[in-house]
Amino acid sequence: MSVVVLKNVKKSFGSLPVLHGVSFAVAKGEVLALIGASGSGKSTALRCIDRLEIVDSGEIEVCGHMVHDPGLDLRRLRLDVGIVFQSYNLFPHLTIKENVTLAPRSVKKLDRRAADEIAMQSLQKVGLAEKADNYPEQLSGGQQQRAAIARSLAMEPKVMLFDEVTSALDPKLTGEVLKVIEALAASGMTMIMVTHEMGFARRVADQVVFMHEGLVHEAGSADILTNPSTPELREFVSNDL
Amino acid sequence: MNTAINSGHLVFLLNGAMWTLVLSLLAFAGGGLGGFVVALGRTSPIKVLRILSSAYVQLIQGTPLLVILFLTFFGLPTLGFSITPLFAAALSLTIYVSAYLGEIWRGCIESVPKAQWEAAECLALSRVQRMFKVILPQAVRIATPPTVGFSVQIIKNTSLASVVGFVELARAGQLINNSIFEPFAIYMIVALLYFCLCFPVSALSKRLERTGAARLRTLKAASA
Ligand SMILES: Nc1ncnc2c1ncn2[C@@H]1O[C@H](COP(=O)(O)OP(=O)(O)O)[C@@H](O)[C@H]1O
Ligand SMILES: [Mg+2]
Repeated sequence: MSVVVLKNVKKSFGSLPVLHGVSFAVAKGEVLALIGASGSGKSTALRCIDRLEIVDSGEIEVCGHMVHDPGLDLRRLRLDVGIVFQSYNLFPHLTIKENVTLAPRSVKKLDRRAADEIAMQSLQKVGLAEKADNYPEQLSGGQQQRAAIARSLAMEPKVMLFDEVTSALDPKLTGEVLKVIEALAASGMTMIMVTHEMGFARRVADQVVFMHEGLVHEAGSADILTNPSTPELREFVSNDL
Repeated sequence: MNTAINSGHLVFLLNGAMWTLVLSLLAFAGGGLGGFVVALGRTSPIKVLRILSSAYVQLIQGTPLLVILFLTFFGLPTLGFSITPLFAAALSLTIYVSAYLGEIWRGCIESVPKAQWEAAECLALSRVQRMFKVILPQAVRIATPPTVGFSVQIIKNTSLASVVGFVELARAGQLINNSIFEPFAIYMIVALLYFCLCFPVSALSKRLERTGAARLRTLKAASA
């Protein structure tokens, strides 16, 4: 059964059409890598899934929520979906632990003890338990990004969206973040990740979707990265080498 | 009948300075409360609130404080409200400060990066929770130096209350001068007392600006 389904999704910004009818689906426990050149509409597709952008037409279903429906219960959608951005977006006035407990406490109304427990569990998953009382500015970029992942995990989402979460990091810090995501994939989390890390996509993705000019140009198993059938994907992959 | 300045005059001036301080505090408290409401209105998702608060700011910023003061002190009694000079002065300053602080604070709220709103939204926080738990705590830090700086303007603007007969520092100086006619000496003392009220506040504002700028520099250095 699919956790996320996009059917012929179209989206324009003003007079600029960005998504021209995008369709793909992600099954429970599956990892989908969304790849493509900059400007091909990957972020926009991801943002539509979490209703940060509203589609012009087409359908998006996420964990049973009809995201394209104007009457959607946004709060319940966001409870089921976690999203992590390239720019971490931690709350600078809160410690790492407070960043992680904020939503469990104010949205799920957990008491301090229960929230702290969940926070420490998710910080442990990303290897940051000992940084719980630090402020974001005291952490490296890789640590901040892992903290952002922990903050999302603490809400126990059913699906996680990652938008180029390592693009701002140097190779060493990239590795530590990818390791966390890989472990998450192994634990059975359903994920859609926009990534430029082709080696990582090959290793972790069950499904690869290549976007080109606002359309799904080629899709399949991770094998398409080794044996692309369209010239566009072939060029995209060769640029990466 | 010229006589020299005596200690009685000094006590009278100090008493005036005390009322200047009281009026400043009332204006800051009332204007702070009003300004908070104005800032929330200006950044509200509800269009009517945005229009109303913006009209209020435009109206007040386009009206001299003196005219607001005349309107409350002379205008309200004609509508059947009896009003003391202190009340008129505090009310006028509250109206005036609300508009300016509201505008300063709106700018501070809007200078918190949009990504912070989005991150909070993606964690399922309600709009009110986003505002109070994520945006306002950050806006308060940004707002502190300009707010303290504006407080100096409030202190100085309380001197306008003298025109409706409220005996604050400026009016106290005027009254003494009327009886002994030593304008230079008296107004020097008045100026000195204003300085004593304003200097600590502006020094604090300068310091907050410096530490804020230094903090920003280290933040930038850390992320570079
Ligand atoms: N909020 C927006 N307003 C206007 N144009 C946008 C907005 N967001 C994205 N775009 C445009 O949409 C196109 C696709 O952007 P994006 O989805 O970010 O691509 P990708 O993530 O694949 O690099 C780009 O041309 C970009 O400039
Ligand atoms: Mg992008």
